[in-house]
Amino acid sequence: MSAGLASKPLGSATRASRIRGRPGLVALVTVCILGALLLAGVALGSVAIAPGDTLAVVGHRLFGVDLASAVSPATDTIVWELRLPRVLTSMVIGCGLAVAGATFQGLLRNPLADPFVLGTASGAALGAAIAILLPVTVAVLAFGLLHAFAFSGALLAAYLVFRLGGSGGAGGLTRLLLTGYAVGSILAAGLTLAMYVSGSDLRQIFSFLLGGLAGASWPRLLVATPLILGASVAMTWRARSLDGMLLGDQAARHLGVDLRRERGLLLALASLATAAGVAISGLIGFVGLVVPHVIRLLVGPGARRVLPLSGLAGAALLAAADIVARLVGDVPVGVVMALLGAPFFLFLLRRTRTGYEL
Amino acid sequence: MTVEPVLVADRVTIGYGERAIVTDATLSVAAGERIALVGPNGAGKSTLLRALTGLLTPRAGTIRLCGSPIGPLGQRAVARAIAVVPELAQLPFEMLVEEVVALGRLPHEPPLTGLRATDRLAVDAAIERVGVEHLRGRDARELSMGERQLVFIAVAVAQSAPILILDEPTAHLDIRHQVETMELLVDLNERDGTTIVAVLHDLALAAHFFPRIVVMVDGRIVADGPPATTLDGEAIRSVFGVDPALVRLPIGSG
Repeated sequence: MSAGLASKPLGSATRASRIRGRPGLVALVTVCILGALLLAGVALGSVAIAPGDTLAVVGHRLFGVDLASAVSPATDTIVWELRLPRVLTSMVIGCGLAVAGATFQGLLRNPLADPFVLGTASGAALGAAIAILLPVTVAVLAFGLLHAFAFSGALLAAYLVFRLGGSGGAGGLTRLLLTGYAVGSILAAGLTLAMYVSGSDLRQIFSFLLGGLAGASWPRLLVATPLILGASVAMTWRARSLDGMLLGDQAARHLGVDLRRERGLLLALASLATAAGVAISGLIGFVGLVVPHVIRLLVGPGARRVLPLSGLAGAALLAAADIVARLVGDVPVGVVMALLGAPFFLFLLRRTRTGYEL
Repeated sequence: MTVEPVLVADRVTIGYGERAIVTDATLSVAAGERIALVGPNGAGKSTLLRALTGLLTPRAGTIRLCGSPIGPLGQRAVARAIAVVPELAQLPFEMLVEEVVALGRLPHEPPLTGLRATDRLAVDAAIERVGVEHLRGRDARELSMGERQLVFIAVAVAQSAPILILDEPTAHLDIRHQVETMELLVDLNERDGTTIVAVLHDLALAAHFFPRIVVMVDGRIVADGPPATTLDGEAIRSVFGVDPALVRLPIGSG
């Protein structure tokens, strides 16, 4: 290093570069944490269950082998019907939200972006509210009107924003963001109206807005998983384009990125992952905003590392938050997330002295 | 030079909507040439560059890269042949200098795995070549405008394309860095055979470092040749509307 530059704050950069370039280590640690959370998530709760019993139930259900003879039917139900699908659902949804968040931040070149920035949240919420207010009950394989409306509401809102906001031209990103804000406001007005006239249904709408994983079940998990994980893998597959966009639209094209196509594709995939998650869990904020930033601090801004690692870390974070939420008496997981996660993020921000150019 | 042209604009007219920004421009770039594009603000220089790199489709005429029309080639194929120094954009996230330069390898590296050993070598070579070794490990957002400009030039150098295009590469540099950048371009051109097309505002730099000058006014190419003929006193008065005495050009040597 040249002596003339020594006065510049090199400390933070060199500390960062020491960990950078070790995405394998970060992945390994996160996978271990995920495994531990899976066991803890099943073991902890109003009734404590020994890890041995968990393994016995899973072994019996999946492979038909009897590892332990004395597992009570109640334990079997708690493990297999309640806790296991819930823990897995939290992981799948956390993964999808974090990957979608990382994608939106990269696409919009905006560190404040999250999976809900282009209207998906308000679309899903309005859809859910309408479904709750409609005096009709439809259920197909554990899926009700609420899931269908929330899912399509989120996708429709994102589509509307993308069509109205356009994708090309100078200042295209700003226009897209502002369109997202405007469409979100219109939908939010609709939601407020729905809540105003909802009467006794208000509590149900409210719980969708706060988000929670009480509705997790095997059939729902089995439908949502391929959508969310499929979209997440596809986004990771296109991560190269996100890297190209780091230097701006023109630079992306000069680096060989078909900007129009890639932007549309990535927006669609990120919206799909978000919509599928939100339809089951309601609105869970914070995961999609914060996890990608933490991962970037660890491994640098390259999307090919950030996306998959964000997926793993998002899965771990939501699973952990849901365990805490259950333990303190089934409070909404979004509240737990904000209460525990935000201070941690503030701590990280202060420590790393990272400054964003807005 | 009688080399096969690598990049050709053939009677190109470019415009947004009704207005034509470049009119009937013909420019043939041969392999290994070093060309400066000069002209007053709004003359259509950057627009012509955008068409030459496939970002804009001309309303009339064709752009040919190594003989084939550029349109159907696809962005990635073009990126392997033409490197463009990026505009000074704000970076959304913390990025180390070497991470920024590594983005230049995007057109070459395999889409999923990222940098291979050869790509890393190219990145290191580009960093050394441009002389930003001392900036390694720094957050690119903390750099001065001039340092950032050099890093962005390194991105294009890492792209190792046979054609390098720059739009006002010296705009944010002090005089020493301006000269060093020009010397780097000459070096890339003479040692590696990189074809260089640069939009320049500084006529003195253009005349001193570039053997071929293309002058644009009001969307038309009005002069094309060595600085002695394209940038003489009469041309400076008529094209730029200033007293040639204000612009002392090193033309006598060329």
